[in-house]
Amino acid sequence: MKHFFVVPVLLVLGFNALAQEQNYGQITGNFQADAQYYITDTLIGASSPAEKTMLNSYANFIYTLGNFSAGFRYEGYMNTMLGFPNLGGVNDGIGIPYRWATFSNNQLEVTAGNFYEQFGNGLILRSYEEKQLGYDNAFDGIRVKISPYNGIHLKAIAGLQRFYWQKGPGIVKGVDGDFLINEIFSGIRDASWQLGFGGSFVTKYQKDEDPIYDLPQNVGAAAGRINFSLAGFNLISEYAYKINDPSSDNGLIFRPGQALMINASYSRSGLGIILSTKWVDNMSFRSDRYAIGTDLHINQIPEITKNHAYSLTAFYPYATQPKGEWGVQGEVFYRFKRGTALGGKYGTALAVNFSRIQNTQQTQVDEFTPIGARGTYGYNTAFFSIGDSVYFQDLNIEFAKKWSSTFKSTFTYQNIIYNYNVLRGTADHETVYAHCAVADLTFGISDVLSLHTEMQALFTQQDKGNWAMLMLEFSIPNWFFTIADNWNYGNADPTYRTHYLMGGFGYNNHGNRIQLSYGKQREGITCVGGVCRAVPASNGIMLTISSTF
Amino acid sequence: MKAFFAAAAILILSSVLVAQDIPQVQIKDLNGKTVNTKDIIKNNGKPVVISFWATWCKPCIKELNAYNELYPDWIKETGVKIIAISIDDSRSSSRVAPFVNGKAWDFDVFCDANSDFKRGMNVGEVPHTFVLDKNGKVVWQHKSYMDGDEKKLYDVLKKLSKGESIK
Repeated sequence: MKHFFVVPVLLVLGFNALAQEQNYGQITGNFQADAQYYITDTLIGASSPAEKTMLNSYANFIYTLGNFSAGFRYEGYMNTMLGFPNLGGVNDGIGIPYRWATFSNNQLEVTAGNFYEQFGNGLILRSYEEKQLGYDNAFDGIRVKISPYNGIHLKAIAGLQRFYWQKGPGIVKGVDGDFLINEIFSGIRDASWQLGFGGSFVTKYQKDEDPIYDLPQNVGAAAGRINFSLAGFNLISEYAYKINDPSSDNGLIFRPGQALMINASYSRSGLGIILSTKWVDNMSFRSDRYAIGTDLHINQIPEITKNHAYSLTAFYPYATQPKGEWGVQGEVFYRFKRGTALGGKYGTALAVNFSRIQNTQQTQVDEFTPIGARGTYGYNTAFFSIGDSVYFQDLNIEFAKKWSSTFKSTFTYQNIIYNYNVLRGTADHETVYAHCAVADLTFGISDVLSLHTEMQALFTQQDKGNWAMLMLEFSIPNWFFTIADNWNYGNADPTYRTHYLMGGFGYNNHGNRIQLSYGKQREGITCVGGVCRAVPASNGIMLTISSTF
Repeated sequence: MKAFFAAAAILILSSVLVAQDIPQVQIKDLNGKTVNTKDIIKNNGKPVVISFWATWCKPCIKELNAYNELYPDWIKETGVKIIAISIDDSRSSSRVAPFVNGKAWDFDVFCDANSDFKRGMNVGEVPHTFVLDKNGKVVWQHKSYMDGDEKKLYDVLKKLSKGESIK
């Protein structure tokens, strides 16, 4: 451990001294550690592990010299904090799971080692990491990117995927091309319209060792996309197809998968309108057909619901159902100009968002085979079929106004339908209907002191009933102090009408940030970029240190 | 454990002494056109602000709203160019252009949907803002946003445009 750190420290010191000459390259990086001390609290269901304190930490180092760069990430989970994916302690430990070297010039980029990649919108390939979710499906292999001509960008990859401290069993190979017509043909470069095409192909090889079924060892997937814009209008669409890929996700059915997404928008200064729809059938794609949870995903189907940022508007979040879903979303942003009746002195912003997700329509293959029967074709469904079951609906309105140089406000109303059984994997929970309101106010008290408050309320007859939340946050340059109370005042059982009180402070300066908080955290779901993880109830002290250098 | 933090502290202290170049990676403008980061930071010897944000990040939007309000004055006084880098992924990257237009922000916005630029700049969480001097070197950075933080940025820009030290 000690030796490990002495080396990079010497390296950095050495390079920094030499970097003045400009010829020896530079080292940059970042560091983050999150630690929590756990206290048992039976009322909220918080447990404390044997270690009492748990720690997730990582540090990235990147060395760059001209066209060459290389880096690695050290990660330490001592042991993994509660709520992160860690079945049987598979994530615990320390080491360097991520290291890479890249050479690039104007036309060519070659990477050996670990990398993250996305083809198109990610329907058939997307690898990424999200520390807050404990999500990391980085490839370990090689990647080549070539730009042989203006407007043509080609990529080829081959690799295995990260599975905690090991690698998944499947080998993934893929190619992708982007063709921007207005750059290829210089005569139309500055035309009022812009057109681009793209296509990709991905294949996964995993040996068939199933004792009963003859499973495909090579699973191929292809996708095509288009991007067209004309004077403020924009259309983005992608279609993907995957051959049959029996897996734990689909219950070992021999059925191909399909996905289509269409996104149309119009915008000009002060106005934005978006309409989107998608349809997905049997598109789970992993580099281990038996993988579960967030492990070894090759693709990621993007959600078309809004990603909420307040604690109660994000109380019932949506996550894509790759087995099958249809969805639609509409959104309008409007800004009332300064000096108008509604705009006032500083302008006013209004945003309305609506989304609804339903199941697809599935029928039996024949009268003897139940839907989804293992080892069969599974079911029949017509392309773009829409079923009767509502998975999720969200209508939300946000009104933001600055009243004076010292007072700003944002008001939000939200109405949610949440199919608990489908989205949380339960069997007999009732569907949740909820309303939510938030007032977010900021007061500049003096030149250096400001107060930010959030008042939130969530009303529902189902689940745990009503919630109220109050948050106060004082900030002076470089420092902030915060106190928040989440109160489950509407719980049907008076014993559980708990206050989840949390206080903390933090210091920020340049690239450094330290935050310490103490209190109770309710059980819930944390989502980033459409992927969610369950956060257990906890009581204790939390410390975060992060730095970019 | 102690060695771990000591090493981290030494690293941080030693490396902030040297101004850094930004990595050269491909990102996309709002029309989907690929651009290289080295080309978007050109500003005729005047300072450049690079701010990482996302459509789902409340403090980011507060920060960029604050910058947008002051941007005309800042340009006049310091010649600064502000570049906003959206790290929205494929779920929300198609929302970026209508969102930005709806806000009527005046600065250049680019999409970093695969987080290549974000990783290259060692950004963990958003918002994260960097200031580049006339040579395109990173000379100042700030994580998170609290109301009033724009005043600190303004002070840095004023000093840079006058050629003063910001240490």
